[in-house]
Amino acid sequence: MYQIEGLTKTYTQGKRTVHALQDVDLTIADGELVAIQGPTGGGKSTLLQMLGGLDRPTSGRVRLAGDDLAAMDDARLTRARADRIGFVFQHFNLIPTLTAQENVETALVPAGTPADERARRAQAALAQVGLAERAGHLPGELSGGQQQRVAIARALVKEPAVLLADEPTGNLDEATRDDIVGLLEGLWTQRGLTVVMVTHDSVVARRAQRRLRIAGGRVSEV
Amino acid sequence: MFITYLRRELRHRRKQTAVVAAGLAVAIALVMVVSSVAAGVRDAQASVLESVYGVGTDVTVTQTAEPGADGGGPGRFDFGAQDGESSDDGATRELSQSQLGLARGTASFDAAALDTVAGVDHVTDAAATLTLESTSFSGEMPDPSQATDPGQAPTAGTGTADGADGGPDGAGGSSFQVDRFTVTGVDPAADAVGPLTTVEVADGRGLEAADSDAQVAVLDAQYAAQADLAVGDTVTVGDADLEVVGTVTSSSGEGVATSADVYVPLAVAQALADLDGQVTDVYVAVDSASNVDAVAAAVETALPDATVSTQSDLAGDVTGSLSTASSLVQKLGTALSVVVLLAAFGLAVLFTVSGVNRRTRELGTLKAIGWPRRRVVGQIAGESAVQGLLGGVAGIVLGGVAVLAINLAGITLSGSSGGGFTFGGPGAGGAPGGTDAAAQGAAAGPGGGGGPFGGAAEAAQQAVDVVLHAPVTPWVVAAAVGLALLGGLVAGVVGGSRAARLRPAEALRSLA
Ligand SMILES: Nc1ncnc2c1ncn2[C@@H]1O[C@H](COP(=O)(O)OP(=O)(O)OP(=O)(O)O)[C@@H](O)[C@H]1O
Ligand SMILES: [Mg+2]
Repeated sequence: MYQIEGLTKTYTQGKRTVHALQDVDLTIADGELVAIQGPTGGGKSTLLQMLGGLDRPTSGRVRLAGDDLAAMDDARLTRARADRIGFVFQHFNLIPTLTAQENVETALVPAGTPADERARRAQAALAQVGLAERAGHLPGELSGGQQQRVAIARALVKEPAVLLADEPTGNLDEATRDDIVGLLEGLWTQRGLTVVMVTHDSVVARRAQRRLRIAGGRVSEV
Repeated sequence: MFITYLRRELRHRRKQTAVVAAGLAVAIALVMVVSSVAAGVRDAQASVLESVYGVGTDVTVTQTAEPGADGGGPGRFDFGAQDGESSDDGATRELSQSQLGLARGTASFDAAALDTVAGVDHVTDAAATLTLESTSFSGEMPDPSQATDPGQAPTAGTGTADGADGGPDGAGGSSFQVDRFTVTGVDPAADAVGPLTTVEVADGRGLEAADSDAQVAVLDAQYAAQADLAVGDTVTVGDADLEVVGTVTSSSGEGVATSADVYVPLAVAQALADLDGQVTDVYVAVDSASNVDAVAAAVETALPDATVSTQSDLAGDVTGSLSTASSLVQKLGTALSVVVLLAAFGLAVLFTVSGVNRRTRELGTLKAIGWPRRRVVGQIAGESAVQGLLGGVAGIVLGGVAVLAINLAGITLSGSSGGGFTFGGPGAGGAPGGTDAAAQGAAAGPGGGGGPFGGAAEAAQQAVDVVLHAPVTPWVVAAAVGLALLGGLVAGVVGGSRAARLRPAEALRSLA
């Protein structure tokens, strides 16, 4: 799925420069479930941003199914995010004024999916994460675990090739955490998705197929 | 999704939406009120001009009196010591005198000017009038022959009378009335231009061609009511009693006085005022608006002594509360609208930008899940445009109510045109000030009435009252909506360009 070569990301803030990623080479196969661990500030989130085309590397290549995200223009990068990449965030990042159903539908907006099809697919996605009954609720009316389920439905409704999750259980209690990890595992096996998940939690990490560790901007296999 | 999201977002932050919309609404309402009042004042100015100069008059020709020249201003009342009749007790004398002459500051000129003007290219019609002022005095005052009686105190000589003989208030034995009205001599046969084009006959009939030498008069209806005259009565003009054959009202609006109190045939006016072959005003109609300036220039060349005014010159001459209102609306109103409009736009921008800042994570998330930049910007711009529209609609309602209130309040503006002659409406000359001034003059001794009358003449220059009607035109409404939308769009562009800069990486990184 991903071929990464010589990936370097350097942040410059005034005179200070931070080498968040240093010359990373990495290959992630189709259908892999990868867990990324490491100390805080190690570069986990930065790597996920590069994989998701949310920011551009300072140098190096990030190939998604052969297309270099680093070389794409803004419009194509936006399209790649819309069609091929699903995101799950630590803080859920749902739109507070939209219902669960509408939040899921936002993921189909860039593709120009007709309204009725959008509604049907959002309903199906919500059913898959077990929230069919909560479709009309606002995020504020849902528990943390339920909100993260809505976020997962939003990430998956467009049927992306890869799911990127940055500490998806970081804001949840233990029982809910196991729920969410179970849900992600289930979806991964059912759909043959490629999943890259950052986690501080060794219990969660141990359930992954492959574990990576990032510290000081360098990646190593665990 | 665009609409759903937009609606939810605006409803979610109702307070900000309401504040922004209210700000815009107030600004829009103000702009509406200012522009419609300005239009109303313009209309009022036009109707003042119309009631003075008549419909269709493009150019007027007058002549101002040269200082020191004869004519202009009411004459003096000269009461000799033996004038009038002694009252029974012998202490006071009954006096009555009426004067007819040119209004102060105006001069008459040869009626041949009319033919000269009529001969100018592009002139379609011309008519001449003679505008006069009649002042009559009747009453009693201390008998001056008694005051000079040797038996009296030696200081009480003629012409040095003080409070003991008659105070400024007319006490001390004086009691009299001063009646002033304007008389316009018009050519009954020339009715295409001139002051009679804006009058309608209220009672009786108007002046007709056959009246050219007849001893008849037509009265302004308001003056007639005030002077208690009706068709069939007689009105004293100079030393003649003219038969009142009709009354007229202004066609330019209800309650608007016509340009003169009394209309008489031109020849009669000339004869009564001893001004044979003289006129004071020539009204000129020009074939097209584009030729007005050329005609005015040609007339100026042909009549070097004349004052030639076009309608636009005359508009600038309208004085009184009307001109105060006009400059108030123009200067203060416009400045206020600009300030309030800028404040409202600023408010809209501020709220939109702070809204975008608070939604950094939300908007970054949308970008992260693949919303194109223009969709995110469009969402923000859409929200602020709708806010603008809400403000616009509220502003139109608010402004409409305000304009309606102004119209219902029936604000009366009075204007007079300083175009070289005075024109009086009802009550002219009946002003108490006139009486006071006359009393002072009279008390100063026989023959002392001249000076103070000048002041009375100025005070008595009666204005045309026009009820302010501020129209709300579709153009004003469209401009209001346009402004509100513009306010929304300005905010949208500023807020949207901020939204466009949001990096999707923020969505992943931001805590909170
Ligand atoms: N926008 C930025 N500007 C400057 N420095 C940044 C920026 N983003 C990240 N960094 C720096 O890059 C380094 C890697 O950050 P990153 O967020 O990838 O770490 P992380 O492994 O995800 O940490 P955590 O476990 O706390 O989430 C850190 O030193 C961080 O301070
Ligand atoms: Mg991180």
